[in-house]
Amino acid sequence: MYLNSIFTNPERLERLLDIAQSSFLPLLEGAIQYTIPLTLISFTIGLILATLTALARISTVKFFQIIARIYVSIIRGTPLLVQLSILFYGLPTVGITLEPFTAAILGFSLNVGAYASEVIRAAILSIPKGQWEAANTIGMSYSQALKRIILPQASRVSIPPLSNTFISLVKDTSLASFILVTEMFRRAQEIAAFNYEFLLLYSQAGLLYWIFCFLLSLVQGRLENRFDRYVSKA
Amino acid sequence: MIAINNLHKSFGDLEVLKGIDLNVEKGQAVVVIGPSGSGKTTFLRCLNILETPTAGTVAIDGHMADFSKSLPKKQIMEFRKQSAMVFQHYNLFPHMTALENVMEGPVTVQKIDRAEARAKAEELLTKVGLKEKMNEYPFQLSGGQQQRVGIARALALEPKVMLFDEPTSALDPELVGEVLQVMKELALEGMTMVVVTHEMRFAKGVADEVLFMDAGRIIERGTPQQIFDHPKEERTKQFLNLIQNADTI
Repeated sequence: MYLNSIFTNPERLERLLDIAQSSFLPLLEGAIQYTIPLTLISFTIGLILATLTALARISTVKFFQIIARIYVSIIRGTPLLVQLSILFYGLPTVGITLEPFTAAILGFSLNVGAYASEVIRAAILSIPKGQWEAANTIGMSYSQALKRIILPQASRVSIPPLSNTFISLVKDTSLASFILVTEMFRRAQEIAAFNYEFLLLYSQAGLLYWIFCFLLSLVQGRLENRFDRYVSKA
Repeated sequence: MIAINNLHKSFGDLEVLKGIDLNVEKGQAVVVIGPSGSGKTTFLRCLNILETPTAGTVAIDGHMADFSKSLPKKQIMEFRKQSAMVFQHYNLFPHMTALENVMEGPVTVQKIDRAEARAKAEELLTKVGLKEKMNEYPFQLSGGQQQRVGIARALALEPKVMLFDEPTSALDPELVGEVLQVMKELALEGMTMVVVTHEMRFAKGVADEVLFMDAGRIIERGTPQQIFDHPKEERTKQFLNLIQNADTI
């Protein structure tokens, strides 16, 4: 028994502590080199994609609506792992070869774009019609109204659900291990394959993911406070 | 200043405006009264193309819009610049302070220099009695104060015509006076105004002309004295009676 042996066998405990210590830096390196950049870049691209998709969905042009619907339907209706596999292992058979990192960015961005578009669409629709009218009546164009009046208010509404998307993304980046990106989880796998301490290494990786997500939820709280300054506390 | 010809508006099968003709001279204050559902708010919204009329023409200060054909966006925006709207529910931008609300049109739309726009906005807010409240957000203001910011925001664009859509209907009774006072001052300064309201005392005291609307048509028009003291049409009489009865309950 694992726990038992730690307590009855001091050498075993020492070995585990040694491994934990020596694997900490490689794991962190994987996070800094891949997990964090993957998350930040994909979220940024995904958010732009999501905003465009949301606008397409609420536009009056049928063609845009249909394109947006199809995109969201495909991405939400297929597993992320399948999408990554198609991008990395599938596309080379038709002559398109992507680097692991590029394929991962592409896959995660498309994913965030689809899921967050629904969040942003709902947030835009939650802004009262009177705000559009007030913007129009002071002479604003559609894009001015959107940029100055609607999106600033919609972003306040969408912080909690977008934080969900962001935190999911942090954890989903571990799937990039499957397409050979040596992010944090893949490092854990590699080290464990070498010393067979699966429980230790995977727990260690899990702990680091949890710490990242915890820090992110602190950021979420601060953002919410900032945006709530113009809302009645009553 | 405003010339309206045979204005029609339908929502699907429902015909809300059945041919409105109206001329408003420069500096006139016109008050529109009528029962709810009579089309008076729709009529006002058509003048700012918040609703697109189905037929007819409107000209404001020589800018003509012919609604029998579809208008290009550019022309709609140019036409809108002639008038400014004050809403029943204020529709202030909640994420901006009072000052920023008033500056928004001049800065973003008219591309006026920020410092200049700020000076003008401060002047306008002082004029509507909100010098002390300039840096408050709308949620920190009472309904009457919010509506006065709404009026300042509309004035900041230097429109030729001010449109008021039941500007005091959402206010607590004790806050109505402060808004009407600002509107009265505007009328006295010679602003051309079209006001949809239920405030009969305002209509009597300030209007140059009163229109009574019912079922999508202007039923009767005249000076406040003519309409309130000597109404000719049966429906006008009925409406005024109902209002007076409500006051005496």
